[in-house]
Amino acid sequence: MDMNINVLVVDDFATMRRIVKGVLKDLGFKNIIEADNGVSALKDLKTEDVGLILCDWNMPKMNGLELLKTVRSDEKFKDIPFIMVTAEGQKQNVVEAIKAGVSNYIVKPFTPETLKEKLEKVLG
Amino acid sequence: MDVRLINPFIDATLHVLETLASTKATPGKPYVKKDGVARGDVSGVIGLSGEARGTISVSFTEKCILAIVSKMFGDEIEELNDEIKDAVGEITNMISGQARQKLEKEGRSLKGAIPSVIVGKNHSISHITTQPIIAIPFSSELGDFTIEICIED
Repeated sequence: MDMNINVLVVDDFATMRRIVKGVLKDLGFKNIIEADNGVSALKDLKTEDVGLILCDWNMPKMNGLELLKTVRSDEKFKDIPFIMVTAEGQKQNVVEAIKAGVSNYIVKPFTPETLKEKLEKVLG
Repeated sequence: MDVRLINPFIDATLHVLETLASTKATPGKPYVKKDGVARGDVSGVIGLSGEARGTISVSFTEKCILAIVSKMFGDEIEELNDEIKDAVGEITNMISGQARQKLEKEGRSLKGAIPSVIVGKNHSISHITTQPIIAIPFSSELGDFTIEICIED
C-alpha cells in the first residue's frame, strides 16, 4: 500500500473521523484530509490530489451515495478508490452502493483489523 | 409492541460497546417505563421509519460515557463536552444500524434518521407515546446505561 497518498475521510461525526484517522495513522498513512459532508468533500477533491476516499452514508447536505455517484460520473475523479464506511449495513444499501461503483463497504462499528483488510483489498 | 423487536437492539448495543470501547456490558431485565425522564445524563435519540415507526434512545450516566469515550479515543475526557455529544450521536447511530441489519434478516426493513443528543440531569426523552416504552438497563465495568425502545407495529 502506498502510504503517501492523500486519504479523504468524509463523515458528519467528528468521533468517527477521529477513530478512522487514528487507525490510518497507526497503519502509516501520513496525509489525511477531513470533510463533514459530501459538498465539503467535493471542494477538497478539486483542490487536493486524493488517492482514496473513506465515506459515511448518512450525512446532511450531500450523503455518501450522492458523493459516490458524483465522483464516479466525473472524468477526473472516477477512478479514485471509494470505500463506504457506514452504520447502514442493510442489503439494499450495499446493493445500491455496489451499483453506484463503490470499491468496498465497511459496516460500523469496525475493528482496526477490518479497516486494514479492506484497505489492502482496495489499494493492493 | 412485538417483543421480538427488542433482542436485536440488545445484541446491537453489546456489539457496539465491545467493538468501540472493548467493554462487555450486561443487560438487566427489560421493563415498561412509565415516565419520560431519562435514566442518564446524556441521551442519544434516533427516529425509525419504514415498515414500523418509532424511536430508540440510549442514556448514559456521566461517569459511564466519560469512561467509554476516553477508552474509544485512548485519551482522558473529563467533562460532558461537544466530543461526548458527538460520540453519543454516533454510538446511537451504530446501535440503530446494527439492530436494523439484524431485523432485516428477520424480514423487517426499517430506516434510521440522523440522531439527536440531549444533555443534562433529569432531561426528558420524547418517544411515540401510543406504544409502551421498553427500557433495558445495562451495567458494565465502565458504568451504567439504559436503552429505550418504542416502536409501533
